[in-house]
Amino acid sequence: MELLVASAIGVLTAGGIYLTLRLRTFPVILGISLLTYAVNVFLFTSGRLTVGAAPILQDGIDAYADPLPQALVLTAIVISFGMTAVVVMIGLGAFLGSDDDHVDDLPGEQSQTDESASEGTS
Amino acid sequence: MTHWIVAPIILPALVAPFIVLAARYHIGIQRVLSVAGVVALIAVAASLAWQAADGKTTLYQMGDWAAPFGIVLVADRLSTMMVLLTSVLALFVLLYAIGSGWDDRGRHFHALFQFQLMGIMGAFLTGDLFNLFVFFEVLLIASYGLMIHAGGNARLKAGVQYVLFNLIGSTLFLFALGSLYAETGTLNMADLAQRVALIGPEETVGIRVAAVLLLLVFAIKAALVPLHFWLPSSYSEAPAPVAALFAIMTKVGAYAIIRVYTMVFPPELESTAGLFDVWLLPAALVSLALGIMGVLAVKKLDRLVAFSVIGSMGMVMISISLFTPEGIAAALYYIVHSTLAGATLFLISDLVRTGRANLDLTPQPVIAGNALTAGLYFAAAIAMAGLPPFSGFLGKLLVLDAAYDSALMIWIWAIVLSSGLISIFGFARAGSILFWKAHSVETDEDRGLGVRPAALSYVAVGGLITLLAAHTIFAGQVHGYTTKMAAQLFSPEPYISQVLETPGKLSKPKEGDH
Repeated sequence: MELLVASAIGVLTAGGIYLTLRLRTFPVILGISLLTYAVNVFLFTSGRLTVGAAPILQDGIDAYADPLPQALVLTAIVISFGMTAVVVMIGLGAFLGSDDDHVDDLPGEQSQTDESASEGTS
Repeated sequence: MTHWIVAPIILPALVAPFIVLAARYHIGIQRVLSVAGVVALIAVAASLAWQAADGKTTLYQMGDWAAPFGIVLVADRLSTMMVLLTSVLALFVLLYAIGSGWDDRGRHFHALFQFQLMGIMGAFLTGDLFNLFVFFEVLLIASYGLMIHAGGNARLKAGVQYVLFNLIGSTLFLFALGSLYAETGTLNMADLAQRVALIGPEETVGIRVAAVLLLLVFAIKAALVPLHFWLPSSYSEAPAPVAALFAIMTKVGAYAIIRVYTMVFPPELESTAGLFDVWLLPAALVSLALGIMGVLAVKKLDRLVAFSVIGSMGMVMISISLFTPEGIAAALYYIVHSTLAGATLFLISDLVRTGRANLDLTPQPVIAGNALTAGLYFAAAIAMAGLPPFSGFLGKLLVLDAAYDSALMIWIWAIVLSSGLISIFGFARAGSILFWKAHSVETDEDRGLGVRPAALSYVAVGGLITLLAAHTIFAGQVHGYTTKMAAQLFSPEPYISQVLETPGKLSKPKEGDH
């Protein structure tokens, strides 16, 4: 089970990073969604993988699942969902406004000194 | 009385929805509410700072649950000073936004402003790393709204970059928290400090990964090279009052580094040895150099200010990465200076924009209020460049003094001193083009001198410069206080025992207690 979960996180992260390195809004947003899925599973496993274990202290039970990472994941899911919605709206606004969905600054569009800024998302 | 600690978070959290719900269509009422909220915030912050000034650490347990199970807010010297700095900065920024009419150019400026304050205050006060993540998100989501306030294509585009970069940063933060939790089973900072110290030298792989990831996250916030790419575009495209408020946001990153790394990963900890002197210090030196080169190279005033902010963050991080009490004390003094100076310069660039078509550094006709704006720019520029008589000079001296025993002392001295010289050139070049060469360009008769900025705008900028002057005049007292602050940070035992040993509602009474 550890191998399966670990490789799932790895594949999600790799796909996420690949898509994030594209320069168009839509792939980048998809990539960030994949990254947040990966980090959610990662957080979930940070309390160790257990099957069928009780989360609350009871008499006569030795094996427990850690309930805290699940609470953390829930918070992380809500936040990342909200953030993705925000970036979709802002990205859509930027696309409709300028008819261009590049995430980076195109060369020649602004002064030469802006090159450093463009590398941030490319 | 202890409930006051939560007030800096609760107050803006209540004012903001009230503005949205009750005063949605009345900009006047919004302004009154917003200013009243910030003034009340200053009062609360000042009393908290006063309470913490004698070195007492005050704890607030959310819902009376004992740490590490519940979330705690902790007010000590450092966090109360940052809260006070934020609230004072917020007042002047707000006055400027009202005076210049920026708040009326889009919807919900005041509500977002209050939410932003709530996030910043929470980040400074919390004693729990996951809670720090949540407050980072609160301040970020408000900043997304503020960043694209008043709209426009260039601003939306810079906003997309800003949001995406920060989303990646947040994901990285979660990875760091996950690996930290997997190693230690807790995210309360005081509890972490105890547990990390217990990890044996042969099992440090996970905790090292976590420490580096966490440092990366905070370095993104602090705009440290090579993680600074989000800053120039977003700060220069953001509305000027928003950019001025953002001047505190880079300091949130610096604050988080100081807080987490003095407490959880102290300098004597073997597993994170080398993190500061081998990695952070060179990166900070490059930040300073690159920021100052940017100041000399850019062709627009707002970008010039953005790069000077990167440079001054480099200076802060140099001082932090020395990781000695003297270094941290100097860094804290410089943080206050750099926040005020950066915010002032952003506001001044907006004063210039009021009278010009754009902020390009090309000769254009004289703007209205040229002499006054030029005078303010002169004062703020020498403060930012670190010339006497302003606090930048003293801050720089303190950093140099703290770096005297460092292994890289020659590099630090060389880069800090030469960067001062280059930034003087950069600011002088920009200032002479904007304000002096303007006299050689014929004024367009039809256009006249353009709009004169409102008096309130000048009051706000003047107020910030007065604060800078006060920061210089009372430098002895302020530095004495930051030295005490650094001493408190480097002996975190009272903080840790205060957090972990205060009983909550379900704690069993300890033996020996009555």
